Amino acid sequence: MSEVILPYSRHNHADPVSGAPALAVRIERALYPGTAEPALRDITLTVPVGTRVALVGPNGAGKSTLLKASAGLLPVQSGTIRLYGRPVGDCRHRVAYLPQRSDLDWRFPADVRRLVMTGRYVHLGWLRRPSRQDWALVDQTMDALGIAHLAARQIGELSGGQQQRALLARALAQEADLLLLDEPLNAVDADTRAVIARVLSDLRQAGKTVVAATHDLGRLETDFDGALYLCEGSEVAAPPGSFTGLRLGQERPESEHSH
Amino acid sequence: MHWLIDPLRDPFMQTALAAATLMGLASATLGVYVVLRRMAFIGDALSHTILPGVVIAYLNHWNLTVGALVAGLLTALGIGWFSRRQTLREDTAIGILFTGMFALGLLLISTTGSFRDFTHILFGSILGVTRSDLGLMAAVTGLVLAVLWLFDKELELTSFDPTHAEAIGLRADWLRYGLLGLLALTVVIGVQVAGVVLTSALLITPAATASLLTNRLPRMMALSAAVALLSAVAGLYTSYYFDVSLGASIVLACTLCFGAAWAARSLSGRRGG
Repeated sequence: MSEVILPYSRHNHADPVSGAPALAVRIERALYPGTAEPALRDITLTVPVGTRVALVGPNGAGKSTLLKASAGLLPVQSGTIRLYGRPVGDCRHRVAYLPQRSDLDWRFPADVRRLVMTGRYVHLGWLRRPSRQDWALVDQTMDALGIAHLAARQIGELSGGQQQRALLARALAQEADLLLLDEPLNAVDADTRAVIARVLSDLRQAGKTVVAATHDLGRLETDFDGALYLCEGSEVAAPPGSFTGLRLGQERPESEHSH
Repeated sequence: MHWLIDPLRDPFMQTALAAATLMGLASATLGVYVVLRRMAFIGDALSHTILPGVVIAYLNHWNLTVGALVAGLLTALGIGWFSRRQTLREDTAIGILFTGMFALGLLLISTTGSFRDFTHILFGSILGVTRSDLGLMAAVTGLVLAVLWLFDKELELTSFDPTHAEAIGLRADWLRYGLLGLLALTVVIGVQVAGVVLTSALLITPAATASLLTNRLPRMMALSAAVALLSAVAGLYTSYYFDVSLGASIVLACTLCFGAAWAARSLSGRRGG
């Protein structure tokens, strides 16, 4: 198993370790470069393959940060994150990350179809152009999310809900097994909300794993199998009477601390 | 039609036209990314910082273009490095670096006792372009167009969504260093056309003009190149018949195109497709 993994190339992934959970997080400390205060501390989370887990908490609780760390966008100073039993970066094609809308420059002259196509790039790598199958998959995904008629629009011309659907279409077009969704329902219209709820249930049918940040407590029980509650960057106990579902592995084996 | 053809019988004008065409193609297409990624200030800084490289090469009787290249690439690296740290705001760091380097260049020139040998660096001297200069220009232009074509999807993605690029293992930094390197090369050949002071206009104005007229990237690059070529030709004739500075004529022609595009957009009241 001395296979070299070059990100964004043809040798861009390793096979999952059999029996490993989709996501296993054990963070003691993670911080943004150039800051002193840890953005996350003492978080343990195990997400079995095929389950849907909600990260719940107020703004600034660390939901987005935990998703970013899992997507390999934030270094973890102390602790480990494993995806399918492998270090972050070993199976990027298997993991799709849905960013918050504010992370993109929407004024850039790209059309919606191109934005959705960027979900295929992880499979293409340097120098390879999208194939006819790639384009067909992109068109099909846009159709399923009700944005096919917007394909030729410049991305900045879309409404907030349409932008959110385009980003979700991109995440789906990646054909990943684990989807990390940062506030997919934040500030979207009722139609988009319904479309996204349908997508989440389709993903469950397809056996995909979903980890989503949310502060919508109303739908936790119907849309998710388990929930992790966060506050100020740390794991907290579920508020009395709220949904918990699956046990996500809060009890920490004392012997396995890695420094 | 004599007035159109006569200037082209002059071998100096032929070389000048070839140089302006090559420079226009490289700077106008690369300029689209400079404008979209808000690197206009960096383009200006790069052209100014090559001055000390040129002066040092001159004082040591080295090749001036090589001096300019070395200074340009070092500056590109320096800017990339500064912007990764974030101890200072990027524009502040660049402002300090570029005025400091430009001052060093001026200081070194003043030790030679005469600014005359350097006017062509400061203001451009397209009529002094030699055949070997043209070869270098063609190589740089070819490289710029090849990189923009081969890495279009990566350049595009890292420009509007660097987060997604990082999430799929595509390092936005690499593309940024690549662009800065190309920018340094383009500026070095641009200086021979328009001089240190005006080169950034060739990067920014045609691309900004095109960005007013379309919101499709390939069309934007084509329009930007068209504006640059039109301005190069108009500038050449203006300079030939009225005996005025060539670099300034070309830049002003670009500025007029921008003004026309701005007026057209304001009159139609909508962004074109």
